[in-house]
Amino acid sequence: MMKNISLTKLIFLVVAFLPGRPVEAQDADALIQKLRSKMETVKSYEADGVMKTTVTYLKVPEAKVKLYFKRPDKLKIRNENGISLVPKSILGISIQNIFSGQYTALFSGYDSNGLRILKLIPKDENSDIALSTLYVDESNLLIRKAKITTKENGTYELEMTYGKYASYALPDKLICSFNLKDYKLPKGVTFDYDDGSKKQTPLIQSAKGQVEIRYTSYLINKPIPDNMF
Amino acid sequence: MWKLLQIELFKIFRKPRTYISFGAIAAIIILIQLGLKFDGRSYLELLMGDISASFEVPYDKVLNGYFVAFVILNALLIHVPLLVALVAGDSVAGEANMGTLRLLITKPITRTQLLLVKYAATVIYTVMLLAWMAILALLMSILFFGTNDILIARNDVMEQIEKADILWRYMAAFGFAAVALSTVAALAFLLSVFADNSIGPIVATMCIVIVFTILSELKIPMYDKTVKPYLFTSHMLAWKGFFYSRMGPDNSVIRGSIENLPAIGRSFWILIGYIVAFLGTAIISFKRKDILS
Repeated sequence: MMKNISLTKLIFLVVAFLPGRPVEAQDADALIQKLRSKMETVKSYEADGVMKTTVTYLKVPEAKVKLYFKRPDKLKIRNENGISLVPKSILGISIQNIFSGQYTALFSGYDSNGLRILKLIPKDENSDIALSTLYVDESNLLIRKAKITTKENGTYELEMTYGKYASYALPDKLICSFNLKDYKLPKGVTFDYDDGSKKQTPLIQSAKGQVEIRYTSYLINKPIPDNMF
Repeated sequence: MWKLLQIELFKIFRKPRTYISFGAIAAIIILIQLGLKFDGRSYLELLMGDISASFEVPYDKVLNGYFVAFVILNALLIHVPLLVALVAGDSVAGEANMGTLRLLITKPITRTQLLLVKYAATVIYTVMLLAWMAILALLMSILFFGTNDILIARNDVMEQIEKADILWRYMAAFGFAAVALSTVAALAFLLSVFADNSIGPIVATMCIVIVFTILSELKIPMYDKTVKPYLFTSHMLAWKGFFYSRMGPDNSVIRGSIENLPAIGRSFWILIGYIVAFLGTAIISFKRKDILS
């Protein structure tokens, strides 16, 4: 019996002081810290961009938009010259505030493009985000891709392409895919003209929508009043 | 002929019932505008219900003059045919009722000329009614609500058209609506030839328009392919086609495009065909008719 207890203690001690996992966790934290430091050089920005929305039940033209961001988590997209239907998911989940809150970080290997896969699990049980998976370009300290799984609103995918503003971790192009709810009009509202042809709908025929924003310019750390949001 | 047309127009605009249509249209438009001015958001929330679940909708921008005008036209162009029937149905039958038809055909003009002039006068009245509607629905809405992009709710998709790309679509839609309403005028005119009292053709036209509109909108598969394509009421809605845009290969809407122009053209020619058929039948019948009143 004594011998058994000693063996158990021994195994526990060996496992507890094995260098692998804790060091990896420290590495993950260190990488996050570096990413965060780089991102936090941007306190706010005002950007011009072109937004393209691809949703099965929307036929909308590309729109010139202005984007306003202010730390910690304020983001507003405005179309000054017309109407833009902005997905709520984009406003709720921004790459700039992905590290807000407490979370457990884990490495999960590399993807086929050599990007480090980093998983973030929020510690707050009330957080809507269940899991964030980040694909990190370690050499340039840039998040190239993110998959965010929420409890209520499905999964969002963000894909960033960097260029002129890579030193601020601000993308030149952002593609956001998100889950959609069904669209159905109350009967008798439209009196639609039926021309007998097959309906022309966007190429994406699924419950997913996609928004692409091509940023043309940024004004970084320009003071932005709160009433803008 | 011009003198005759002037006389016919004088007859139309001398009757108080002619102004009922103008008054009714003004009343409906003002009521819709007031309703939307004070509670437009509720209407939009009903319309945008499913979209607002996934998207942030700028309701204050969506509720603009172009949108309000579209709502008004959508509501009114179903009912305006009934107002057109009020005058067109009275055109020949009214003369018969008053006992002036026999006197009229003693004038040195052919019966065909007489009917063509009467129909032309009815079409002018119809166009004036549309112009009145355009002024109230479009200009007044722009004045009260301003302008912005327009969102058009269809059965399966929501269309957005940029504000710089809208006005020509309204002009085209009003032009098409004039042809559509002239078809109803031709029908009422035809029925008017067979009656000695204007109530009959007016009510009969209303009934035909209502029954055909219901058949056009019911979406019963049996009627969809057999009856619906031949009903003039199905093609009267083609004015909306001017507000449907085409999409490019990159999934974005092509500015200044029309989704299915050939279909609108087909609807246009079908309506013209109906006008020719109704008017032709009216002329043939009237020429053979023994006029006793």
